Amino acid sequence: MKKDFNIILSGVGGQGIITLTRTLAEASLIERRDVKTSELHGLSQRGGSVETHIRFNREIYSPLIKQGGADLIICLEAQEALNVCRYASKKETIFLIDDFIKPVFGVKQTPSSEKIKEEIKKFSKKIFWVPATKIVEKETGNPVLSGIYLLGYAVFKNLIPLKENSISRAIKNVLPKKYWDLNLKTFSSAKREKEK
Amino acid sequence: MRILKNKGKLILLGNEAIIRGALESGVKFVSTYPGTPASEIGNTMSYIAQKAGVYFEFSTNEKVAMEAAAGASFSGLRSLVAMKNFGLNVASDFLLPLVYSGIKGGMVIVVADDPGCSSSAQSEQDSRALSLSANIPTLTPATPQECKDFTKFAFEISEKYKIPVMLQTTTRVALQSGIVSLNKIARPRKKAKFIKEPHRFVTMPPRVLEMKKEVLEKIKKIQNEYSEKSLLNKVSGGCHSSPNSKEKEVSKSSEIGIITSGVSYLYAKESLKELKLDLPVLKLAFFNPLPEEKIKRFINPPAGGLKKVLVIEELEPYLEREVERFAREVNPKLQIFGKNLLPWVGEFKPEYVTGAVAKVAEKKWGVSQPKLPVFPKRFPQLCPGCPYWFVFQGIKKAVNEREVIFGGEIGCYMLAGLPPHHLQDYLYCMGSSIGIAHGIKKTTNQKLITFVGDSSFFHAGIPALINTVYNKSNPLIIIMDNKSTAMTGHQPHPGVGKTGMGEKTTAIKIEALVRACGVRNLKIIDPINQKDFIKTVKEFLEKKEVSVIIARRPCIFVK
Repeated sequence: MKKDFNIILSGVGGQGIITLTRTLAEASLIERRDVKTSELHGLSQRGGSVETHIRFNREIYSPLIKQGGADLIICLEAQEALNVCRYASKKETIFLIDDFIKPVFGVKQTPSSEKIKEEIKKFSKKIFWVPATKIVEKETGNPVLSGIYLLGYAVFKNLIPLKENSISRAIKNVLPKKYWDLNLKTFSSAKREKEK
Repeated sequence: MRILKNKGKLILLGNEAIIRGALESGVKFVSTYPGTPASEIGNTMSYIAQKAGVYFEFSTNEKVAMEAAAGASFSGLRSLVAMKNFGLNVASDFLLPLVYSGIKGGMVIVVADDPGCSSSAQSEQDSRALSLSANIPTLTPATPQECKDFTKFAFEISEKYKIPVMLQTTTRVALQSGIVSLNKIARPRKKAKFIKEPHRFVTMPPRVLEMKKEVLEKIKKIQNEYSEKSLLNKVSGGCHSSPNSKEKEVSKSSEIGIITSGVSYLYAKESLKELKLDLPVLKLAFFNPLPEEKIKRFINPPAGGLKKVLVIEELEPYLEREVERFAREVNPKLQIFGKNLLPWVGEFKPEYVTGAVAKVAEKKWGVSQPKLPVFPKRFPQLCPGCPYWFVFQGIKKAVNEREVIFGGEIGCYMLAGLPPHHLQDYLYCMGSSIGIAHGIKKTTNQKLITFVGDSSFFHAGIPALINTVYNKSNPLIIIMDNKSTAMTGHQPHPGVGKTGMGEKTTAIKIEALVRACGVRNLKIIDPINQKDFIKTVKEFLEKKEVSVIIARRPCIFVK
């Protein structure tokens, strides 16, 4: 890998973004790469916007991704994609967005998926829309698995230079045993997207 | 409990790496008061303490936490105390004389600053100021690996010179994760004994002035024996090996140098990579004492040729001022850049640093500024079902919001200031809402309600309550008793009846304390009983003496 690989995860507090960040970092370690992540805690978790950074390659210095420096932006909530456009550059950044909208408290007019798509098009040429929350809710009844589904999607579509096996091992290292099955199943279920 | 693994590599947060460093140093006593961005130190300790055989506590506040850690150190054990930036203000009353007297077992004080205030209200404090005024040796790690290594190094220095050592992190260090190589966990010394030594820990004049002299001597020694020699204060890039020492020397061809520390170092290296520049960088591990001779040699290299220096540091320009001072002496023509190119307010972003480096190097560099989308801001919210919803809702029904002043404090209930509540007219540090309320009530005839959290009340609210009662004013104080220090991650507090190690203990009753402070108008209400709550608010607002409502309903995460 020549270039550092930079991932932004964005979404809303409570969606499991910190665990997802740990999983990605662990998978990078398993593949013997250097890795750095950055996250915020405290008040930022109370249902507010959450944004984490993951960077891996041979040697990583900054824990933060620079403006326009993201290779992949994964959004667990569609409106949050608008919040992280500063990390996107039209030439290089891929967006992977869950077609799921959580209205912002006190805001009467929630933007539609179409409106968000239009905006994001200004920042990226490659945008994937996946109804991850809908899919996992239907299949497991648990929307918090949307992140792991998106991660599966990214791996099987080759949007992330990490191996399937590394992620599976990382899930086991990061999560308590009782959650392994559900997460591994959800992760692999994204394989069907490969053929699409 | 992977953090207790014996060898190999782990991904750790800076905060977790500090604990690992302490365990590898044989720490036996750890205390803290929860505060982001240092909270994981307590949370992780609480989880592993029993198994690791280390005593751990969530103390009532940071001053008490530091005093407790000092007591363990006086008894010969290695101790660590952790807090966020403002915690050091609370503890500073004890910190300064503690540095004077010195300690016995190695003692490390971890302080996490929060440039940009991503998890702090109050101020954007640079705790290095307190490092200077307390004359406490201070190390500033940049990565999780350094968090571990510097913690060990801090214990070594602390015990050798019998002085507490501060480890200062910032949000992007404390909450940065990265790969950490593990070494063996040390077996802590088991026996603790306080040995009576006349006046060793008694800071009475005139001995106290001798102590100050001793501190300055210790600092000088640490400077000469560690800071000047340590390869942790290192030069990289644009330099060559020196024939006489392990140190690298700035090459003659280098006209520009960078001096930096902490996470800013990582941004500096990143910017050099991006700009394809090979400039010498002096990374300072020691903030106090600074390696003065090493800095002078860097800005006035034996080979000559250095014309410009860029100092990269977040918050206050403490390093920059020192570099200016040294340059006047050894290289007066040196051009010094720092806060003239980088922001004094808020945290750095990598591109800010790249922009500054490019400017000093006179290299063309720009980052396109596309028009970012406008989107609705997602404010943090009280969780669905949070008891505070009932308190705020009840208040709105009980009073005319425009006619009542609302005081706030630090905790989940500071969300009172955000939509949809808008019940906040002032907000400062823990305990302050009651103190300020007293001043306002003494001088005006306006109605006033203050909100204070249960943990905050124990932390710093009690002296203010006593003052209010004793000096006869009459605010309505609502103690938001949710049985948890919720915002920082649901740590227990003295009202909970469970210690940091998970043991049962006597729960301190808030109502008993309030009564003992002389409050006669007191009511404990579950705010879900809106009728009772609203009626009591109305009634208490008319009282001539202080009144207190304990709004008691556990946080939804308390099991």
